Amino acid sequence: MNIQAEKDNGKLIIKPKGRLDTKTAPVLADKLYEILGDTKELIFDFSGLEYTSSAGLRVLLAMQQKMDERGGSMKVININESIRQVFDLVGFFAIIDVE
Amino acid sequence: MEEMTVQATVDNVEVITDFVNKQLDALHCPIPVKIQIDIAIDELFSNIVNYAYSPEEGPVTVRMDVADEPHSVIITFIDHGKPYNPLTTAAPDMTLAAKQRHIGGLGVFMVKNTMDDVAYEYRDGMNILTIRKKV
Repeated sequence: MNIQAEKDNGKLIIKPKGRLDTKTAPVLADKLYEILGDTKELIFDFSGLEYTSSAGLRVLLAMQQKMDERGGSMKVININESIRQVFDLVGFFAIIDVE
Repeated sequence: MEEMTVQATVDNVEVITDFVNKQLDALHCPIPVKIQIDIAIDELFSNIVNYAYSPEEGPVTVRMDVADEPHSVIITFIDHGKPYNPLTTAAPDMTLAAKQRHIGGLGVFMVKNTMDDVAYEYRDGMNILTIRKKV
């Protein structure tokens, strides 16, 4: 999985490409833990993401919990219709800020 | 009917997904439906890797049939691991706040809610899980 990351002054924009699944979700998680540092504002840009299975949802939930713990913010932007349907099905719109 | 047998490893999720997608493309399956099927494969195959076989490894056969009226694909996952029925997994509580949320059971919940039919049986030492989806 190709993951672009842009970090600037407490703000981290992370842009995974392709499928977020059993194989790639741990790669994304590893990358996040490697570069998260003292990030206060975390943004997932999903414009290059085809879909996510529950493995990807697990990563998002863990990051949301982590950002909540440190009083930071997290946002998911540019989701496609398939990801929107998954978020809707599992009630993610209630717990994750999606733009 | 087409079938493929691979070892139950995380890497082989992609191999199975590609195998199924090739046939879905030949059937002119709409992309949103294909994505739902791909997600179902990820959830069900990873359950076999993580539960039916863990910590050992073993083979998984994925069989794909096409049915008419309604035009559907029927995908069957067969493994020789421990008896494991993912359909008995409790649905997660989706009313909880992020802090209390657990992700366990979410994958199976997604499969049940996106496929038209999901069935499990344990027969002759095999877990046999079948999904059906209109294409």
